[in-house]
Amino acid sequence: MTTTYWVDKFVDAKGQTCPMPVLMLAKAFKELAPGQILAISATDPGSKADVSAWAEKTGNTLLELVEEAGVFTFYLKKA
Amino acid sequence: MYGEFPLEGQGQVDSLLDPAGSMKPATANRLAIVLFSGTMDKLLSASIMATGAAAMGMDVEIFLTNWGALAFRKDDYKTNKRVSADFADYQSVLMEQMAAKHVTSWMENLEGAKEIGNVHIAACSHTMTLFDLRLDDLEPIVDEVTGVAAFVERARDSAMTLYI
Repeated sequence: MTTTYWVDKFVDAKGQTCPMPVLMLAKAFKELAPGQILAISATDPGSKADVSAWAEKTGNTLLELVEEAGVFTFYLKKA
Repeated sequence: MYGEFPLEGQGQVDSLLDPAGSMKPATANRLAIVLFSGTMDKLLSASIMATGAAAMGMDVEIFLTNWGALAFRKDDYKTNKRVSADFADYQSVLMEQMAAKHVTSWMENLEGAKEIGNVHIAACSHTMTLFDLRLDDLEPIVDEVTGVAAFVERARDSAMTLYI
């Protein structure tokens, strides 16, 4: 990873199966203020597509997805 | 006389058509689910669909009927280990793997869906009468007892309707 983000909230969804990663993400995002950044780590293989689709649908920005040793870490910015 | 029905209902059928003659498109950002099954495997599937839809910003309308309503009797979900009869041989594997992989229960999924979205759960009055049940006999996650017409009205313009 080349970019460093100031993360306002981190959600650990590792080991959680579908639909928990998006559920935890949606829940955590409700508490964020616009412009704040959230990072979420997940191991569910569906989360890669799910989190991207969620960000697109909800109008929030997926800043970056870092994939490392089976762990997907998403950096998202609240619209 | 069966032959007379199409003529009698003609006006109502026409009202569903737009001037171009096609069906009115579904307009509401809502997932409607008829939950007929009471086996844990199907309840889990339904709960995941509902949670996913809620996370994606859709409203969710769930109609519990027959075994689906029975599965929401108070505390029943804590001991419900039933799976679809066709896959009964997978029952122990499923329970084992769900525990090993810390899969959240269908009730937890639905509770989560309610927290993040607009999820409405109604139990079928017909089933309630059949099994002498009242709303108080069901888990508090169930919002009300309604008839089929209320559900159909809410499902009418839903973007998706599933029968599980």
